[in-house]
Amino acid sequence: MNIEETPLPGIGVRRELRLATGRRIGVVTHRDGHTELILSRVDDPDACAASIPLSADEASTLGQLLGSAQLVAQLSAEQEDVSGISTHQIMIRKGSDFAGRTLGETQMRTLTGASIVALLRGDDVIASPRPDEILHVGDMVVIVGTDTGLAEAALILQSRQ
Amino acid sequence: MDPTTLSLIQLGIVFFGLGFLGRLAGRIGMSPVPLYLLGGLAFGEGGLVNLGGIDGFAHIASEIGVILLLLMLGLEYTAKELVTGLKQSWMAGLVDLVLNMLPGVAVALILGWGPVGALVMAGITYSSSSGIIAKVLGDLGRLGNRETPVILAILVIEDLAMAAYLPILTAVLAGVSLLGGLTAVGISLAVITVVLLGALRYGHMVSNVLDSPDRESFLLKLLGAALLVAGVASALQVSAAVGAFLLGIAISGGTAENATRVLEPLRDLFAAMFFVLFGLNTDPRTIPPVLGVALILALVTTITKVATGWWAAQQQGIGVPGRARAGAALIARGEFSIVIAGLAVASGAVPKELAALATTYVLIMAVSGPIAARYVEPVVRLLQGKKPEPAL
Repeated sequence: MNIEETPLPGIGVRRELRLATGRRIGVVTHRDGHTELILSRVDDPDACAASIPLSADEASTLGQLLGSAQLVAQLSAEQEDVSGISTHQIMIRKGSDFAGRTLGETQMRTLTGASIVALLRGDDVIASPRPDEILHVGDMVVIVGTDTGLAEAALILQSRQ
Repeated sequence: MDPTTLSLIQLGIVFFGLGFLGRLAGRIGMSPVPLYLLGGLAFGEGGLVNLGGIDGFAHIASEIGVILLLLMLGLEYTAKELVTGLKQSWMAGLVDLVLNMLPGVAVALILGWGPVGALVMAGITYSSSSGIIAKVLGDLGRLGNRETPVILAILVIEDLAMAAYLPILTAVLAGVSLLGGLTAVGISLAVITVVLLGALRYGHMVSNVLDSPDRESFLLKLLGAALLVAGVASALQVSAAVGAFLLGIAISGGTAENATRVLEPLRDLFAAMFFVLFGLNTDPRTIPPVLGVALILALVTTITKVATGWWAAQQQGIGVPGRARAGAALIARGEFSIVIAGLAVASGAVPKELAALATTYVLIMAVSGPIAARYVEPVVRLLQGKKPEPAL
C-alpha cells in the first residue's frame, strides 16, 4: 500500500492512501497530538466529505479495530487445519496487573497452555515477542490456544488488584 | 485622581471590554482582530470616550505584543518546513508577491504618499493573515483537502518574505541614507540566512538552553530571550519583530510545542493591547473620507488573492472547486497588515490617512475573508450547476 505523506506547515502531517475506488482516506495528525480521520468526496476528489476529530485513545482503538482484525484473520487462516485451536486478542487495560511487567511474568504457557504469538502496539506489530518484552497499557495481545486456554488467558491478563 | 489609580481603572475597563468582544467574535466564528480595532477606535482620540491614562503601559505592551506575535509565528514553523516550502512553491510565492503588492503600491502612489507610503501599502495588501486562515481551514474541515498544502505553502513563503520585508521597512522608515539602508538590509538578510541555516543544524541547542521542566522558569527564560533578541536585533537595525521571528524558528521540536502553550495567553493579552493601541491612535473621523478607497482596494485585492490561489492550485493539478477554495481562503488580511501599518505610523514617516486606510481595509478583509472561504463552495457549485448537497 502506498501511503502519501504531506507536511502541513504550522499544523501537522497528513497521511493518506488512495482506495481502489479512487477516493482518498487518511489521517491528519496535529502538532498537539489529536488526529482527524479524513475521507475525500465522490464528486470532488480534492475536497473532504468528512473530517472527524479523534482523541488519541479513540484513534488508537480505531486503528486496532481495523488492523488487528486483519492480523487475526491471517493467523486463523494459517491455523484453519488445526482443529480445536483458535486465536484471540486481549487488550491490556489501564489498571491491569501486568501493565508495566514483562510478558514472562504472566506465565501464560505454563498456566494455560496458550501461547502469546504477537503484540500489537500502536502501529507496530511485535511478532513472537520474547519473555522479557514489557507489556504496556493499550497493547493488544494475540494469543493462540484451545478455547479453555484462551478463556483462562483472558482472565489472567484482565485481572486487577 | 492619582494617575496610577486612573490607569488601573482604565486598563481594567479596556481588558474587560476586550474580553466581551473576544467572546462575541468566538460566538459568531470570526477573528477578534477587527473587534479589537473597533474597540480602540471607540476609546481613542475622537472616539466615544478618550482614555488618556494608559498610554505608557499601552505603548510598551503593544511592543511586546508584536514581538510575541512574531515569536509564535516562528514557533509554528520548523526551519526545514520553511526551506522545503521555499523550494517547492517559490513560483506561487512570487505570483502572490507581485499580484498583491501592486494594488497597494498603486493606491499609495495615486494618493500621493510617495515611495515610502507605497512600500508600506505594498506590505499591507500583500500579507494574508496566517492566523485567521489556519483557523478557518481547521474550522471548515479542509485540512484533508488537496489544495490545503498549496495554501499553507503560500503562507509560509509570505511569512519568510515578512522576515526580509520588515527590516527593509524599518530601515526606510528610519529615513537612513541609501547606503545605510542597504547596509541594514544586507546585515538583516545575512542574519536571517545564518539563523535559518543555524536552526537547521543547531536548533536543538537553542531549545536545550531554553527548555526547563519547571513552567515558571521556562516562561521567564523564553520571554527574556525573546525580548533580549528583539532588543539586540533592533539595536542592529534589524527590526525587533524579525529577531523574535528568527528566535521562534530556531526553537524546535517539543520545546517549540511547550513554548506555544506557555506563551499563548501572554500573546493574546499583549497582542490585544497592540490592536487596541492602533485603534486608539486612529481618529475614527478620518475613516469616512478613506472608506471609498478602502472598499475599492478590498475588491481589487480580493480578486488578486483569488487569482493567486487559483493559479497556484492549478499548477498542482487541482480541479476548479479546489482552485476557487484556495483563492478564497487566502483573502483574509489581519494582524500583519496592522503590524506593518503600526510600524509606519509610529515612525511618523507616513501621513495619518494611511492609518485610517489600513484600519478600514483590515476591518473589511478580516471579516470578509472567512466569509468568502465559507461560501465559495456553494457559489462554485451553483455556477457549475451542481446540486448544493454534500456528497459522502
